Amino acid sequence: MERFAQLFSALDATTRTGEKTAALAAYFREAPEPDRLWTVALLSGRRPKRAVTATRLAEWAADRAGLPGWLFDESYAVTGDLAETIALILPPAGAPQARSLSDWIGLILTLSAQAEPERRAAVLAAWDALDGTERFLFNKLITGGFRMGVARGLMVRALAQATGIEEPDLAHRLMGDWTPERTTWAGLILTNDPGADLTRPYPFCLAHPLEAEPATLGDPSDWAADWKWDGIRGQAVLRGGRFSLWSRGEDLVTDRFPELAELADRLPQGTVVDGEILAFRDGRPLPFAALQTRIGRKTVTKKQLAEAPVVLMAYDLLEAEGRDLRGEPFDTRRAGLEALAAAMPGGTPFRLSPLIPFADWPALAAARAGAAGEAAEGVMVKRRGSPYHTGRKRGDWWKWKLDPMSFDAVMVYAQAGHGRRANLYTDFTFALWDGDVLVPVTKAYSGLTDAEFNEITAWVRRHTLERFGPVRRVAPDLVFEIAFEGIQESSRHKSGIALRFPRMARWRRDKPAAEADTIDTARDLLRARGP
Amino acid sequence: MPFAQSAGKRPPITWACDQILCNRDQYRPPSGRRAPPSLPATGPYLLRMAREPVLSFTDRGIYCAAGDFHIDPWRPVDRAIVTHAHSDHARSGMRRYLATPRTIAAMRHRLGPIAAEPLPHGEARRIGGATVSLHPAGHVPGSAQVRVEVGGEVWVVSGDYKTVPDGLSEPFEPVPCHAFISECTFGLPVFRWAPEAEIRADLNRWWAECAASGRTALVGAYSLGKAQRILAALDPSVGPILTHGAVEAMTEVLRGEGLALPATEHLVPGMTAKTHPGAILVAPPSALGSPWARRFGPVSDAFASGWMRLRGIRRRRAVDRGFVMSDHADWEGLTTAIRATGAERVFVTHGYTAPFRRWLEDQGYDAGIVTTDWQGDEAEETEVTE
Ligand SMILES: [Zn+2]
Ligand SMILES: [Zn+2]
Repeated sequence: MERFAQLFSALDATTRTGEKTAALAAYFREAPEPDRLWTVALLSGRRPKRAVTATRLAEWAADRAGLPGWLFDESYAVTGDLAETIALILPPAGAPQARSLSDWIGLILTLSAQAEPERRAAVLAAWDALDGTERFLFNKLITGGFRMGVARGLMVRALAQATGIEEPDLAHRLMGDWTPERTTWAGLILTNDPGADLTRPYPFCLAHPLEAEPATLGDPSDWAADWKWDGIRGQAVLRGGRFSLWSRGEDLVTDRFPELAELADRLPQGTVVDGEILAFRDGRPLPFAALQTRIGRKTVTKKQLAEAPVVLMAYDLLEAEGRDLRGEPFDTRRAGLEALAAAMPGGTPFRLSPLIPFADWPALAAARAGAAGEAAEGVMVKRRGSPYHTGRKRGDWWKWKLDPMSFDAVMVYAQAGHGRRANLYTDFTFALWDGDVLVPVTKAYSGLTDAEFNEITAWVRRHTLERFGPVRRVAPDLVFEIAFEGIQESSRHKSGIALRFPRMARWRRDKPAAEADTIDTARDLLRARGP
Repeated sequence: MPFAQSAGKRPPITWACDQILCNRDQYRPPSGRRAPPSLPATGPYLLRMAREPVLSFTDRGIYCAAGDFHIDPWRPVDRAIVTHAHSDHARSGMRRYLATPRTIAAMRHRLGPIAAEPLPHGEARRIGGATVSLHPAGHVPGSAQVRVEVGGEVWVVSGDYKTVPDGLSEPFEPVPCHAFISECTFGLPVFRWAPEAEIRADLNRWWAECAASGRTALVGAYSLGKAQRILAALDPSVGPILTHGAVEAMTEVLRGEGLALPATEHLVPGMTAKTHPGAILVAPPSALGSPWARRFGPVSDAFASGWMRLRGIRRRRAVDRGFVMSDHADWEGLTTAIRATGAERVFVTHGYTAPFRRWLEDQGYDAGIVTTDWQGDEAEETEVTE
């Protein structure tokens, strides 16, 4: 595990892509093959299942460290990370052991079959065998929440550097349904034939946000546009009679959306379609919140199926008659997709994402302004002559989202952050005026610079009116522009509205609290841009 | 705004007794986590419980009515006793100061000419109705705890402290007392420091690695205390030790106060990685990532603070290396120090006060929180400002 901990620390210590890639590539050259394979698995989201509940782990650790539960919880509130809290409060390792990553994972995999006393003994022994980062990583693995902050593209690049295999080929080999327990480094990376697997999806083509004026893209006739849907990116694969549905997180989600299984009868064999899984009823997409009720549930109830039925909103055709079309121009793939959609009987949960006609860029800008009316987040702009790229390649696919909405609100509560911001006040509650009363409308905790957070932290300490545990009510003096992507009605919030992705866009030092916006501003936005 | 919050729902401690006989021979520091604290004694004497508390908490700072002085005040007062020269404890504008000679030297460097009277560690001074003495706090060179005795009752203000010797500061001494006002910057059990020898070895290994790979090592450290602790830890055989102006100036002041520190060279324009290969630069945290550092050539930067124990904060600082090196006590240090005072009354300030107070109360102490204006130099150290 030491070599893996070294890799983890190296990745953790830098934000430079080049350094991360070099550290990973070195690891893929040097580490034992089973460890490399597990690392690829971990970096592509294939984590061992949670072997012990968080509650038990916390109990065992507090007990071992001789601390009361509430003090463990206070510590957890500061680090914001269970695995780290446990690693830090436990006494130093009494009987250190040097075992490999795959060795430890092997131990973790045996845990779920064990009775609790044995499981506890095994975990305590591991804690006593590991120190520092290794103990932290063991905890991460055991809690099933392991993330290393390495983008997929970066991992593939490092693998390519280490093996000499081309990136797109590697990316394809890594797609689909595999686990380190059923394959080997050689089988997955070196001698893998992607075509042999009937369920394997293609790596998704990803868009860059369009920050510049669209006119910088050149001649509008070179471009096609469609709506940017607010659902789950998905790929439907039908080969040799097997239907599989993949989400972009590379989860096999076939069973979560049983209504889409009908596509197995409707699509021709050897077809792969890229699109958006969207909750859709009465001819119209439902807000993302409706789809959220379907995410994370393994079994779907009748009620959910009736309230939030989904469709595949198709926008690209990646394979037809068993042939990989990704190298064909967008227009050609689109023609194939349209033909496929035309042959589809009515009522099939399959819709063609319509192209937005536009003669010039101002016309597209006008269409984009009406995106909310289509329940879309904006528009996608795709070069007509472009292939279907692997991953995020700049230049051919752009997402041009609606500008965020915003209002100016007053800070009323502050709470210390955790993790990166453990010693700063960073989590704030903001309120809008309703007459002469401030009504809390949203929380936000990002968007400011560290220097601003420092300044606000010092201010909060001096302007606390009341304390409720970790929360402080502060003097209602500071005004912030709150930006957000969506707004909808909510019975759960006192203000009656809920925001999507709220953040602090700006500290309005120029504005006194009395000049902050009123709740009517929010209600107007709800009418104009709400679902 | 209330400045002293009482100890929660517990009834206040009974100070009703008029006289208690204390005897030094009966005093034994309590051992074991749950042992109830016993009453300390500094000699066989009659202890008269004061009607007024020895120290009170005002909006200028901690105040002793019997001696008419403040401890580490944050607003101008007539007489200030200063625990140490960090900017949150030693402020300008007091009519006269009392502190250890080293603290006075550092204060004069920072604040300019001030009227200050030196009081060496361990010497008692009568001020009005109070007897005052300063005792090593182990925080930075010259730092002190303030012991105040009035009518036989003893209160101690810890200032900032650490219990493990750093090889440079006068080592922390537990001072028996009835009431202890303790900082608790790192008052959570996630904070545990490695032994100094281990930290020193890590630091020198990193420097040697940097030197071997052609990068200059740059370590960010607060210019009073942390910087000299790092200098004392460095192995001069690895390469030249260069300092930023702020660090060099404070180091000179402390050399003048008799501290033995390795030779350093003040970094001036024209010096680069070429003229000084394998060098380490010691600079205030604000210099990390600044043009000042880049001018020198390719650097690998590091930051030394107790906060580096937390991964989130290490990542926020985004330095190449984080050394867990603090001039404050860790959890073990705090709890041991408090136990060793034998105090039954403890006020906490500066840090994770709420959970720490609760823990003390669970252990049987009469514990309260004091709100002070001491910002905590470690808190500043995680930021880019000094
Ligand atoms: Zn200090
Ligand atoms: Zn301080």
